[in-house]
Amino acid sequence: MSPSDPLVAIRNLTRVFDVSKPWLNRVIERLPKRRLTAVSDVSFDIPERTTYALVGESGSGKSTIGKMIVGLLRPSKGNVEIEGVDLFAERDPSVIEGIRSDIQMIFQDPFASLNPRWRVRDIITEPVVARGGDTKGLAERLLEQVGLAAEDAGKYPHQFSGGQRQRICVARALASEPRLIVCDEPTSALDVSVQAQVLNLMSDLKDEHGLTYLFISHDLTVVRHMADTIGVLYLGCLVEEAAPEVLFTKPAHPYTAMLIDAAPRLDAFGREVVPPEGEIPDPIDPPPGCAFHPRCPLATDICRRERPPLAPFGAGRVACHHAGEIELKAA
Amino acid sequence: MSDLPDATRQGPKPTDRLEEAEIVRPSRWRAVWDSDVAYSFRSSPVAIVATLITLVLVLAAIFAPWIAPTNPFDPSSLNLMNGFTPPGEPNAFTGETFLMGTDDQGRGVFSTILYGMRVSLFVGFMAVLFALVLGVLLGLLAGYAGGWADSVIMRVADVQLTFPSILVALLIFGIARGIIPIEYRDQMAIWVLILAIGLSDWVQFARVVRGATLVERNKEYVQAARLIGRTPAAIMLRHILPNVLSPVLVIATISLALAIIAEATLSFLGVGAPPTQPSLGTLIRIGQDFLFSGEWWILFFPAVTLLMLALSVNLLGDWLRDALNPRLR
Repeated sequence: MSPSDPLVAIRNLTRVFDVSKPWLNRVIERLPKRRLTAVSDVSFDIPERTTYALVGESGSGKSTIGKMIVGLLRPSKGNVEIEGVDLFAERDPSVIEGIRSDIQMIFQDPFASLNPRWRVRDIITEPVVARGGDTKGLAERLLEQVGLAAEDAGKYPHQFSGGQRQRICVARALASEPRLIVCDEPTSALDVSVQAQVLNLMSDLKDEHGLTYLFISHDLTVVRHMADTIGVLYLGCLVEEAAPEVLFTKPAHPYTAMLIDAAPRLDAFGREVVPPEGEIPDPIDPPPGCAFHPRCPLATDICRRERPPLAPFGAGRVACHHAGEIELKAA
Repeated sequence: MSDLPDATRQGPKPTDRLEEAEIVRPSRWRAVWDSDVAYSFRSSPVAIVATLITLVLVLAAIFAPWIAPTNPFDPSSLNLMNGFTPPGEPNAFTGETFLMGTDDQGRGVFSTILYGMRVSLFVGFMAVLFALVLGVLLGLLAGYAGGWADSVIMRVADVQLTFPSILVALLIFGIARGIIPIEYRDQMAIWVLILAIGLSDWVQFARVVRGATLVERNKEYVQAARLIGRTPAAIMLRHILPNVLSPVLVIATISLALAIIAEATLSFLGVGAPPTQPSLGTLIRIGQDFLFSGEWWILFFPAVTLLMLALSVNLLGDWLRDALNPRLR
């Protein structure tokens, strides 16, 4: 790969889940197969040493994209290339090993992501032990880097609070000296005060280790401070991609505008928050045309017929027939 | 990030850590004594009595050669004239006294019980161990791999559950006897017994472990291990196994009581331990021949021993199940 290439290149990524009832039920009740399209034709790049944030409501497919990038889930269509290598197409085990050690993940629930029967030292060093690397003093060094004490290496996960556990998760993610860390809602299970600590820690470590983050979140305020680029997902489709300054001041997609208007804000405390209209539609049977048209204030006939492609708009990209026509209510 | 207030930035020592020096660390022994399980044990008289009885019986079985007054399986030490001596009374011919009387061959019932318990406990332990290893491995595989492996393993288990386990054991025992040449039958009998009881008992281990594995495999620590490229075998044995073991411990204890009874049943039916290596069940079978002619002690003492052994192990298992169940605390 040349130096200008992005670290992660995602092309036409699609994931379809089979959510049919068991075969026998289908035969007896004469039901068709049911397929859920969790991620539909998503493409984006993550340049090295940047933070790309994916936001969207629950069920929009953000976690599914994260899992496909780290290789936990196989894409139905399209591919993910990390350093130019597609984990599911590559045949050379040594190349796969190399890429695997460059990817790590931080999970949402710090209580489920640490094995309760393992000591912290073993948890942190596992990514290195798995490749037969040297782990002498590694756990202690990493624990101090994430703001815990070296003696904590001998303890079990249940002896720590949620914020401390998430620090342990960060330490484990750093152990194999990765280039890319996928963070799947890393702070949504934490108290607000602890969230800020963990986010600060992650952003310090990013500069120190030259990390690239894919940051998955539903919390726009968290994303605003962390991200270099924000991608907004709706029903498995990328609807808008822009830098945070642009996205928060001049959103081009009506869905983005709706999200920003609905987010609670300190400076406008007590204002009437307009709740988002409508529910996210059934992903098994999505509406035709633009998936957002039933909730969209700008929807016209073309929106009900044709799915808008993700096209360049200003400095970012938008998938909307009426891109840029929306105004923020609160601004 | 710069517009976040400085107070939330972590200093050299994060504020959400307790100072280590302020905590008085309890000793290891103290920690065990204060644990929930130890407390539950101390406050349960049933558990204490059951443990004592089990310990006495197991120790008596282990040290049988040193405790037993006679070796009932050494023909040179037996005197046929001692046959049918009632318990505690001197024999009419030889004047010898036996604590629990003697059987038709002149073997002291107390000594045969001690040696018989060895066989019963050995078969019980080994059968449970075999069932445990087989059941846990198959359960882990079914739960973690899913798909057709899960279907095949669990359907076999379901089919086996529809037969009474003693019938399955009889079947396996019969097949094994048919395969083994006649001259090895007696010495192989114990191992065949272990195989038969173990194979008839693995299903419940497999079911419990599969259920627990289905819960654990979707937890994020398993995903973390998968994404660094750990093999499925390493994930199953090193990550999931330690987290599914506590229900297995409970089942193993209750299974031990059941295995001892299953062995006694098979031996009572005459297909278990051979007369050269009698277990408690064999002794009960021998004893019932004399029950109606008035020599009650030949049946009574082995039966009471079996009852005490099975009951106390079972009570121990029940207590353990309650003590380890977080919902009952």
